Amino acid sequence: MSRINDRIPLPPTSAQTTNLTCHFCIVGCGYKVHKWPEHQEGGRAPQDNALGLDFTRQLAPLQVCLSPGMVNTIQDNDGSRHHIMIVPDKDCVVNQGQASTRGGMLGHLMYNGKGPSASRLIQPLLYRGANWRESPWEQALALYAGLTKKILDEDGPDEIYFNLFDHGGAGGGYENTWGTGKLIFTGLQTQKVRIHNRPAYNSECHATRDMGINELNNSYEDAEVADVLWSIGNNPYETQTNYFLVHWIPNLQGGTVSKKQQWFPGETVGRGRAIFVDPRRTTSIAIAEQAAGAENVLHLAINPGTDTALFNGLLTYVAEQGWLDSELIAQRTNGYEQALSANRLSLEDCTEITGVPVAQLIQAAEWSYKPKASGHMPRTMHAYEKGIIWGNDNYRIQSALVNLVLATGNVGGRRGAGVVRMGGHQEGYVRPPFPGGRPAPYVDGEIIAGRGKILTTWACDAFRSTHNAQNYRAAVIRRANIVREAIDQARGASTAELIDIIYDAVTNKGGLFVVSIDIYPKPFGEAGHMMLPATVPGEMNLTSMNGERRMRLSEKFMDAPGSAKPDCLIAADIANALKSLYEQDGNSAMAARFEGFEWSSEEDAFMDGFNSNDSDMVTYERLRALGNNGVQLPVTGLENGLLVGTEVTYTERFDTEDGRAKFQPSPWNGLLAEAQQQKDKYPFWVNNGRVNELWQTLYNDEHVEFRTSRWPMTLVEIGGEDAQRLGISSGDVVELFNDYGATQGMAHVEPTIKPGQVFMQAMGRNGVMGDLATTAVDQNILPYYKGTWADVRRIGDMGLSRTVTSKRRHFV
Amino acid sequence: MSLSRRDFFKVGGVGALAATVAPGTLAQSAAVPAGGAVLSHPATLVAEISGLRVNQPVSFNYPDSSSPCQLLKMGREVPGGVGPEGDIVAYSILCPHMGCPTQYDGEARSFKCGCHFSVFDPEMEGQQVCGQATQNMPRIELNFDAARGTVEAVGVHGLIYGRQANTL
Repeated sequence: MSRINDRIPLPPTSAQTTNLTCHFCIVGCGYKVHKWPEHQEGGRAPQDNALGLDFTRQLAPLQVCLSPGMVNTIQDNDGSRHHIMIVPDKDCVVNQGQASTRGGMLGHLMYNGKGPSASRLIQPLLYRGANWRESPWEQALALYAGLTKKILDEDGPDEIYFNLFDHGGAGGGYENTWGTGKLIFTGLQTQKVRIHNRPAYNSECHATRDMGINELNNSYEDAEVADVLWSIGNNPYETQTNYFLVHWIPNLQGGTVSKKQQWFPGETVGRGRAIFVDPRRTTSIAIAEQAAGAENVLHLAINPGTDTALFNGLLTYVAEQGWLDSELIAQRTNGYEQALSANRLSLEDCTEITGVPVAQLIQAAEWSYKPKASGHMPRTMHAYEKGIIWGNDNYRIQSALVNLVLATGNVGGRRGAGVVRMGGHQEGYVRPPFPGGRPAPYVDGEIIAGRGKILTTWACDAFRSTHNAQNYRAAVIRRANIVREAIDQARGASTAELIDIIYDAVTNKGGLFVVSIDIYPKPFGEAGHMMLPATVPGEMNLTSMNGERRMRLSEKFMDAPGSAKPDCLIAADIANALKSLYEQDGNSAMAARFEGFEWSSEEDAFMDGFNSNDSDMVTYERLRALGNNGVQLPVTGLENGLLVGTEVTYTERFDTEDGRAKFQPSPWNGLLAEAQQQKDKYPFWVNNGRVNELWQTLYNDEHVEFRTSRWPMTLVEIGGEDAQRLGISSGDVVELFNDYGATQGMAHVEPTIKPGQVFMQAMGRNGVMGDLATTAVDQNILPYYKGTWADVRRIGDMGLSRTVTSKRRHFV
Repeated sequence: MSLSRRDFFKVGGVGALAATVAPGTLAQSAAVPAGGAVLSHPATLVAEISGLRVNQPVSFNYPDSSSPCQLLKMGREVPGGVGPEGDIVAYSILCPHMGCPTQYDGEARSFKCGCHFSVFDPEMEGQQVCGQATQNMPRIELNFDAARGTVEAVGVHGLIYGRQANTL
């Protein structure tokens, strides 16, 4: 890439323009992709460029979000070269022209053979002769399908393992969840599957769903008109940036009062308030105070893992005060009295457990649930994320929260309310039913225990995204190496011979055959034996929905690099190869299990999946017509040929057989045992979470100089007193260790981190928080990633402080 | 965030946009030379070091009158710093995210953008500490003239917000 960074090419008015939904976080910001021939350029005058902006003079602030990170030069399969520019869409109701630092680099990340994407997987790779060799798809598929068939025939589906995405956006989407789901659940029929970020095939929201409430039940607009916004175990500035900046902040600044007056005539309205539940003072809290004034922001800095007690204490208090939606409880729910009775907790006991002073508990309850001057109940939106989802007993915390929300009538169709997860990725799930039970098999534990013969890791990296990660990683590498040694001896072996050699290694020697299907070689795949190249949105058409169930079509605008393919078509290739093998065997019953994959494009997978199983009204053509605003699911019909969706769910019925939501008893039960053991032994609670500039497992970011220069190592925030006592300065390398493992990171001294606590970036590239995470799980095998304890020691100074800022990340 | 113009002035502060005009301009040419790969920048006198106060920003415009910048004497040697102590740096103060004028916070020794809460470190070549930009603060390249005791701006590293190229 050129080092010239002081100018950018402008798209001419003749540029091709298509829609793209950012494929990183759940917010799903809308972007316009401009593409034009390499030797053309738009002019600076507004009529001469596709942006319609006047670059002959300095643009005013907020007129555009445009930077060198949004442009690139790509090449299509016919050899033609094009400039691309991916800019946020001003007409998209989600982001309204704004880009976060993550989505703002979508253009930079597209494949051009030289930039950060240069290390993309572009051809199938097979491990042979202690080396990676490029392979034709036919050879790779013959080996994959042949080995899979042999295991399926000899041992049954329970020896076939998958680590598998279940989300929308990149490495996901309706096309790809369907393609993989149909192969794995209908064809192979294995239950030995785990999801990309956790060790079993489970929902992160079993509790709320069991109570009749799907976790995405309002619209982003509700955050604009809420009286109070709860942010529970969630740091929205760094994780759902444009939802927070475009929809929460205006409410906290008082900018949506007129909208509230218009929507809710006769009701007391005013500037929104925010309540954060988090042991750590986050950047979001500091920013909310800037926007709303500190007097309108409450930070309930609970003791780690005590959320259940917090919500039970509040439920008990509001019930005593009578701040309830008695009509909703009576007409539309079951089990209120039993839940209240089981969960009863006095404010004093609540304070004792959570560490939140009684006065703050009462203030939170008064803001959120005490009838307003006009007599109306407050409109209180409860947003939560990994602090609960990966908290101390996911199922129990979520039940306790939803009980409180139901009792106060803040779900069930009311605007300005809702009890919603904030989300990680977009969603995009359509699959045949999972063939396993609940709880699902603890797949990572089984791999460590030596079970499984083939493990395919699909668009994920469990080395960075599981608990007990060091032991898991060691088991995978040890078992993969057994197969590597066998392969190394197989000089000149045909594919059929190689299948037998590998089968022997995984059956008689404890080996594990590891396949990675991904866009980059990642440490997990590099430890294995086969890597197959996949695509990202823009190289394929892809549909997903965001955190308000807004479904859009990201349109293909360039060819995939090399022979990379959409995941759904890779799944189809595998299914078709298996079908052919069974037909050769004359086994029509097994061949039939792999039928229905005659797809020539991702659109075929979409029609077979989402269109046939979810809503037959939704087609690519109809989504294209709705552009970056799409339609909010569920679709209810067509008006003038356009899809009509749903802004808020559960206006009449909840998602249960009788339509009534269900309260669930969920008494406070202390810390999960494995976490408590580490707490008793080690001095530091190790919190973890996201860092604004980095996305997911850093699969792109670790190749981007702008990211790696800021974050050369995994962040470890530590408080001033502890840092001083341990001789740690910002930029020092530190080691964290406990009974499960040891890892390291780059220290950053943040004065608001409490003594005895540290915060570590999750899923880092050279420091893995999961190495320390215990095996504590809830009843559905949801890990308590957020709760482990460890010790910290200074390793030394690698000179990072000469290139990495030590300034505070908080806007104060 | 959809800000009205009035909101914008409230949170961003209009003062910096009306930055004082540079004390003197040595050259005004901003033409792109034919066949050149480097934009031609003027050399503009920004400050006499005798008048600089540690941690007190000096406003100027560069490379032209519609591009507000600030110069800082940090009081300790910093990467990219010029002057006898290697502590003088300067930046375009328009946030590289969406162009709001950043404010220098002398206590935090950081530039802060009130529109979307990005923070930049003038002592680390404008590195984004936390925020939504996809580049660091554009850095104004400075020349220190030891004989005259002056600092002049001679170039820009990074793209100034709201421009196709740094020179109009």
